[in-house]
Amino acid sequence: MKSIVQLARLSWRYLWSRPLAAVLNLLVLTLGLAAITLVLLVATQLDRAFERDLDGIDLVVGAKGSPLQLILAGVFHIDVPTGNIPLQDVQALQANPLVAQVIPLSLGDSYQGARIVGTTPDYVQHYRATLAQGRLWQQPMEAVLGAGVAHGGLAVGAAFIGSHGLGGGGHAHGDHPYRVSGVLAPCGCVLDRLILTSTESVWKVHEAATADEPEDLEILKEEREVTVALLRYRSPLAAVTLPRQINADTALQAAAPAIEVTRLLRLLGVGADVLRAFGGVLLAVAAASVFIALWNAVRERRADLAMLRMLGAPPGRVAGLVLWEALWLAALASLLGLLLGHALAQALGWALQAQGLLPVTGLVWLPAEAGVPLLAALVAALAALLPALQAYRTDVADLLGQP
Amino acid sequence: MIRTRGLCYQYAGGGAPLRFPDVDLRQGGTLLLRGRSGTGKSTWLSLIAGLRGAGGGDLFVAGTQIGTQRGAEIDAWRARHIGFLPQKLHLSSALSVADNLALAYFAAGLPRDDAFIARALAGVGVAELAQRKPHQLSGGQAQRVALARAVLLAPLLLLADEPTASLDDEAAADALALLQDTAAACEASLVIATHDQRVVRALPGAQVLDLNEIGLQRLLDKREQL
Repeated sequence: MKSIVQLARLSWRYLWSRPLAAVLNLLVLTLGLAAITLVLLVATQLDRAFERDLDGIDLVVGAKGSPLQLILAGVFHIDVPTGNIPLQDVQALQANPLVAQVIPLSLGDSYQGARIVGTTPDYVQHYRATLAQGRLWQQPMEAVLGAGVAHGGLAVGAAFIGSHGLGGGGHAHGDHPYRVSGVLAPCGCVLDRLILTSTESVWKVHEAATADEPEDLEILKEEREVTVALLRYRSPLAAVTLPRQINADTALQAAAPAIEVTRLLRLLGVGADVLRAFGGVLLAVAAASVFIALWNAVRERRADLAMLRMLGAPPGRVAGLVLWEALWLAALASLLGLLLGHALAQALGWALQAQGLLPVTGLVWLPAEAGVPLLAALVAALAALLPALQAYRTDVADLLGQP
Repeated sequence: MIRTRGLCYQYAGGGAPLRFPDVDLRQGGTLLLRGRSGTGKSTWLSLIAGLRGAGGGDLFVAGTQIGTQRGAEIDAWRARHIGFLPQKLHLSSALSVADNLALAYFAAGLPRDDAFIARALAGVGVAELAQRKPHQLSGGQAQRVALARAVLLAPLLLLADEPTASLDDEAAADALALLQDTAAACEASLVIATHDQRVVRALPGAQVLDLNEIGLQRLLDKREQL
C-alpha cells in the first residue's frame, strides 16, 4: 500500500516536470470528457422530461396541421398551436365510449413568457401536482401558478395582466386582470412552466376583447373553442380505431404522442450522436496526445528509468510509474471534465429556459456519470500501454555504456 | 566480497563466449577493473550486479550465489546489497536532491526515511544541498549526491564506473578519497572500473582485474577463426 502512495507521488512529480505537455493533455482529455458528460446529462434529462410529460396521455386532438407541432404545443408547450377546435367537437369526444377522459386546454395568452392555460382541475390531477400555497381556481379570472412561474415574484393574492399571444409583447388584456389563487409545488413536469386557470377565464378575456355589442357576446358563446384536448383511452383497443376515425371523419386532427415523440427523439438523437462522436474524436485525440507525451517522456527519462532498475526497482514498478502518470491525467481530467460538462449543461439550461423551452440543469448527478472516470482511466491506460511496456523493457546496460 | 570461478558470458549474437579471469575479493577490499572500451568491462559489471545472466561458471557476490534467483528476487537483492555510482550520474532533473535519494527507497520498495537521507548527504559533505535541483549543482557536488544515493541503503558492494573521468588531478584525488572513505564507512567492498592511470597510481594496494588481456585473447581467437 505504501509503495503505491510512493508510486503515485513520484509519478505526480514526473508528470509536472513537463508542465506544458501535462496541461495540453489535460485540456484535450477534459474537453472530450466534458462533451460526453454534456450529452449524457442533456439526453437523459430530455428523455425523462418527455416521458413524464407524456405519461398517461394517449392521444392529442387539435386543429389540422403538423402532428408533431400539435404534440409540442399541446403537451410540452414549446411550439405554437395549430389552431383552435370547436368546443362542441370536444364535448362529442367526451361522449365517445372509447374515451375515458378528456382534458381541454385553451391557449392564447401569456404572462412574462409563461403560457396561460385554460383547463379543468383534471389537468392538475393528471400530473399528480399538489398545491404549495392557496387553492385551485374556483371562479373565472383566478389563476394557479406553476412552481417555476412563481419565482417571478408573484404570490397568492397578487393580480397580473395577461398579454395576447404566447411570446409576450402582444396586446395587454388590461381590463381583465387575473388574481393568483394558489401556487403549485414543483412537480418536475410541464406544469412548472405554466399558469393554469379555468377555460372560462380564457373565453371571457377574448370574447370581451372582440365583442362590441352584447348580442355579439351571445353569438361568441355559441362558438366557443378550445385549442387542444388531451385524451385517455378506456381500452387499448381505442388506439386502433379512434385516431383514424377522428382524422378521417372530423375536421380535427388526432396525434399519438408516443409515435410523434419517437420521431422527435430520432431527430434530436442525430444531434446527440454528432456531439457524442465529437466527444469520441476528442478522446481519441487525447489518447494519441497522451501516448506521444508519455512515449517522449520515457525516451527522455530512459536513463532515469534505467537508474531505477539499477537501484533495484523491478521492471513492473518502473512501468507502473509511467502508467500512474497517465492515471493522474485521467483523474484530473475526469474531475475537470465532469465539472465542465455540468457547467455547460447548466448554461444550456439557462439558454433553453430563457426561450421557455425544456428544463435542463447541470445540478443533477446521474449514476451513469460514474462511467466518465472509468472511460478516462481506460483511455489513459490504453495510451500508456506502449510507453509503459517500453519502460518495462528498460535496459540497464544503457547506464553502463555499450559493452 | 566477490568470488568468480570460470565466469563467462555468451553474447546474444553467438560467437565465442567471453571468459573472465577468476576474482577473489574479500569483503571490504578494493578491486580495480581495468580495460579499454569493448573489453567487457560493462558486461562484467552487469554480471556482478545481477543485471545479466552468466553463460557459465560460478559467481558469488556478498555471500549470495548469483544466477539462481528469479527476476524480482535479484532486483530486491540488488537494491539491498549493491550501490552504483554511474559515470554519467543520472540524477533525475525532475526531482530535488533529497527526492533523488528517496528514489533508492522507492526502487527497493522501502518506506522513505528522511533522517537517513539527511545523514547520507552529510556523510559526503553536501547536507545543505538537499532541496536543490540537480541542475543547480556543480559537477563535484552532483557526484557527491550520486555517491550518497549509492550508499543510502548501506550496500555490501559499491560499484563505481569511471569516477575520475573528466576531473582534474586534484578533484580526481578528492573523489577517490571520498569514494574509499564512503565505502569504508559502510564496510562495503569497492569496485572501480577505470582506465585512468591516476587511479591505478593512487591505489597501489588494490587488487586489479585487467580485461585488456582477455580482450587481446578474443581478438586472437577471431583471427584464428578467419
